[in-house]
Amino acid sequence: MTDPRSLSPLDLETPDQTFLDANELVINMGPQHPATHGVLRVILRLDGEKVMGLECVIGYLHRGVEKIAENRTYTMFNPYVDRMDYVAAVSNALGYCEAVEKLLSVEAPPRAQYIRVILTELNRMASHQLWLGTHALDIGAITPLFYTFRDREEILKIFEKYCGARLTTHAFRIGGLQYEAYEGFEKDVRDFVSFVKPKIDEYEELLTTNRIWLERTKGVGVISGKDCIALGVTGPVLRASGVQWDLRKAQPYANYKNFDFEIPTGQNGDTYDRYIVRIMEMRQSLRIIEQAVEGIPEGPIMAKVPKVMKPPVGEVYHSIEAPKGELGYFIVSDGSTQPYRVRVRPPSFVNLQALELMCRGQLVADVIAVIGTLDIVLGEVDR
Amino acid sequence: MHDVVQYIQSYLESNQTPGAAGNFFWATVYILLVFVGLSIAVIAMNWLERKILAHMQVRLGPMRVGPHGLLQPIADALKLLLKEDIIPAEADKVVFWVAPFIVVLAAFTVFVVVPFGPTHAITDMNIGILFMLGVSSLSVLGIVTAGWASNSHYPLIGALRSSAQMVSYEVAMGLAVVSVILMTSLNEASTGTLSMIGIVQAQQAQQQWFVFKFFPLGLIGFFIFAVAMVAETNRAPFDLPEAESELTAGFHTEYSGFRWSLFFLAEYSAMIAVSSIAVTLWLGGWLRPFPNALQGPTWDLVFSLIPGLTFLFLAGMAFYSTLRMPKHPLFRVQTIGLAGFGALLGVIGLILFIPGVRLRVQDIFWFSAKVAAFMYLYIWYRGTFPRYRFDQLMKVGWKVLLPTGLALLILTALVAMRGELLADVRGVWRP
Amino acid sequence: MNPAAIPTNPPVATPFFFYLLATVMIIGGILVITRKNAVHSAMALITTLLAQAALYLMLYAPFVAGVQIILYAGGIMVLFLFVIMLISIERTEKERQFNKQWLVGIAAAAALGGLFIAVYTTTTSGRTLFPEGKLSYAEGENTQRIAGLLFDRATGTYMFAFEIASLLLLVAIIGAVVMAKKRI
Repeated sequence: MTDPRSLSPLDLETPDQTFLDANELVINMGPQHPATHGVLRVILRLDGEKVMGLECVIGYLHRGVEKIAENRTYTMFNPYVDRMDYVAAVSNALGYCEAVEKLLSVEAPPRAQYIRVILTELNRMASHQLWLGTHALDIGAITPLFYTFRDREEILKIFEKYCGARLTTHAFRIGGLQYEAYEGFEKDVRDFVSFVKPKIDEYEELLTTNRIWLERTKGVGVISGKDCIALGVTGPVLRASGVQWDLRKAQPYANYKNFDFEIPTGQNGDTYDRYIVRIMEMRQSLRIIEQAVEGIPEGPIMAKVPKVMKPPVGEVYHSIEAPKGELGYFIVSDGSTQPYRVRVRPPSFVNLQALELMCRGQLVADVIAVIGTLDIVLGEVDR
Repeated sequence: MHDVVQYIQSYLESNQTPGAAGNFFWATVYILLVFVGLSIAVIAMNWLERKILAHMQVRLGPMRVGPHGLLQPIADALKLLLKEDIIPAEADKVVFWVAPFIVVLAAFTVFVVVPFGPTHAITDMNIGILFMLGVSSLSVLGIVTAGWASNSHYPLIGALRSSAQMVSYEVAMGLAVVSVILMTSLNEASTGTLSMIGIVQAQQAQQQWFVFKFFPLGLIGFFIFAVAMVAETNRAPFDLPEAESELTAGFHTEYSGFRWSLFFLAEYSAMIAVSSIAVTLWLGGWLRPFPNALQGPTWDLVFSLIPGLTFLFLAGMAFYSTLRMPKHPLFRVQTIGLAGFGALLGVIGLILFIPGVRLRVQDIFWFSAKVAAFMYLYIWYRGTFPRYRFDQLMKVGWKVLLPTGLALLILTALVAMRGELLADVRGVWRP
Repeated sequence: MNPAAIPTNPPVATPFFFYLLATVMIIGGILVITRKNAVHSAMALITTLLAQAALYLMLYAPFVAGVQIILYAGGIMVLFLFVIMLISIERTEKERQFNKQWLVGIAAAAALGGLFIAVYTTTTSGRTLFPEGKLSYAEGENTQRIAGLLFDRATGTYMFAFEIASLLLLVAIIGAVVMAKKRI
């Protein structure tokens, strides 16, 4: 694999001079395109169907979330993080709350930690299910989408029952939880686990051994573990390239060290391995959820946190393993009620940088597959 | 009045297609019948595809317009007709205008030779199958020009993909067809035929559908054709020319309203056309199933009752759904509509029991039923398979289907001529 | 009205159709060489080829007509369009036309015209270049007759020529692949 730094930038200015030579075709994919997962714009330079180079144009969904943080109190900013990766809102909130808790030097009580883990892992399931459905749709299999959405619905129902919202949940508060788990929460979660286990096999039945699926994904968008590390790519994409790096194990946060689970990895770093890794992660999530539901302790759900938060002057970086990779929050406090600066390290944004490396020399159809397999959410890329 | 009845009766007793008889009046009637029937089939297919696909995908599909969405295709057609007709400013207007008509003409013209029964074809051409393949290959021209005329990148790539794809798969398709034509020549005069009716009659004379002929050679040929025909009609998993996730809508990205609906119409009638070829060539065309195992007048009677029973069964299903309709007053119109639809199906079923009609229509029924099975397969493929990539599609076409087709052709020829070959060999060995 | 009254096989080869098709072909032919837009030329050529196929039908040669459609209109023209589409049309329209070989053209037209005159001239002894002939077999046998000419053991005189022609085409295909692909 070539060093990504050696790739020359895309030359879009020079018009092709040759008459009768129509080899090169510049195509603008997006920002309105059915398979760019929102408003990603990719400028492709094609030779026939072969991708000679591509450039991502991002920022169509920029809302200045980081700037907004500077004008909000710590508590007020909490709902905003839900809007970054809107398909994994719970993970975003977990990262932010833990970062601020670190700044305040408080820790959420054990009961809150357990419920947080359950909800976060449910959210990982939901995110992976949504990814699987849309990824399969991009590759042309339209049916898995409906299966995964049917099952994701059950997760969203649990969220709705817990906090009233389905997507942008605002489930956690700095220092713990706002709401006690509702009556029957544990039963609902247990029911969901037993409901969804055979469903994952169902997705696999449709895809894992499907010849066309194998041909479309094996050897497509290959990226080596070294390149991943060089580019800062994290999450399932990194793990599929054979690097066993999961922040839940590497730098345990919340109470993940209490749970027994494995980190699935792939070997080839291709689209198929990323698919398998995510499928296995869904199963591992279920394992964590099962253990967490068994072990929920009684007790308070909120630590002692001042009503008006004024963290001491200082800075903190805290990162968690979001469904898409390492989600980090860097918060600088000047001692006032509002953060001086919040910087988010979004996994989607960093992972997207690998797109060109993964797509060069492949075909147009592979670009679609690779965009899908990177699992980007434009709300998070642009913030 | 009496003359008219007699004229119609005289026709009903004839054993020729109107084209062969050179009767312009009946030919025109047949053309209109086929055209109307095809349009209805496309409309029904539209509804069925959405419903079946929906049920495969754990959803309900259209439910709002009419009972169980029965009127949805009509609503869609109205919407398309009322839509603004947009021609891009930089498009080549003439070609843009002509392209959809080429596709529709090609898709509809092939039905001139499709035999719905021994006499139920507009005409029986001596070059029937050649005519079908030739005319349906013209639809590529429409697709290519549509993509080019749009003067836009996605349609252009779609057009390039479709032309390469259709030209490639035509080769494999042709080889499979030729192997069937070889099989038709296995008679005393050892002359084969290209006529569609002739091919079915050859299967009748040889007491065997060609799909079972020289097992497994016929089956392989059928399989090659069944794959190639999906690629020919640009349907999933070979729907690259209109791959939604890659090329938005491929060659018809810039088309809207009525022009777009022409492409839609052409796609579905082309699907019906290639399915008709497959049915005619391999599945015995209008012949009823099990003609050998279950023969005799009793079985003939039983099988001739099936068309009517099918319609009665459908009517029963409609009535059952009527009973299950919500009892709320808001649903009254829908309930009545569904009951009416059931009654219509029931009346058709009863009409199909009249002996004269029964004997006359059962050919058409069996032919349509076989075609319908293919249509269901199309929907099933679409619900199950991901899409091939372009190079993989070409690989399947050129490296798998084409060599298999060639080998099949040679093997079929060898097996068909084995008697003479053996005689020749003996002649050489023992002079 | 009884079935016997139904006229059987009314002649399709009426002069009306012949002149119609001939006009279409000539207009199409003129359009092919006068259009600057190559795609329009190709479309005109397709029209011409289809009209020609219809002429074959009128000559009671349905097999030839079918082959004409499937090969020329459906196969070769698609490849033509395929190539033409990749050429920038804006630039070709500004390109100077370089088909100004009118001397050769006039010579060819004169030779063709002379041939036509020769065909229709009857010598004093009543002999013509091409004696008027009538189809000796039914239209439906056209395919079988062609097959007989090509492959039949008794009457197949063109087998060798046919095979040589296909071999030539194969050589052309291999040559094209070798020339187009630098690395096979």
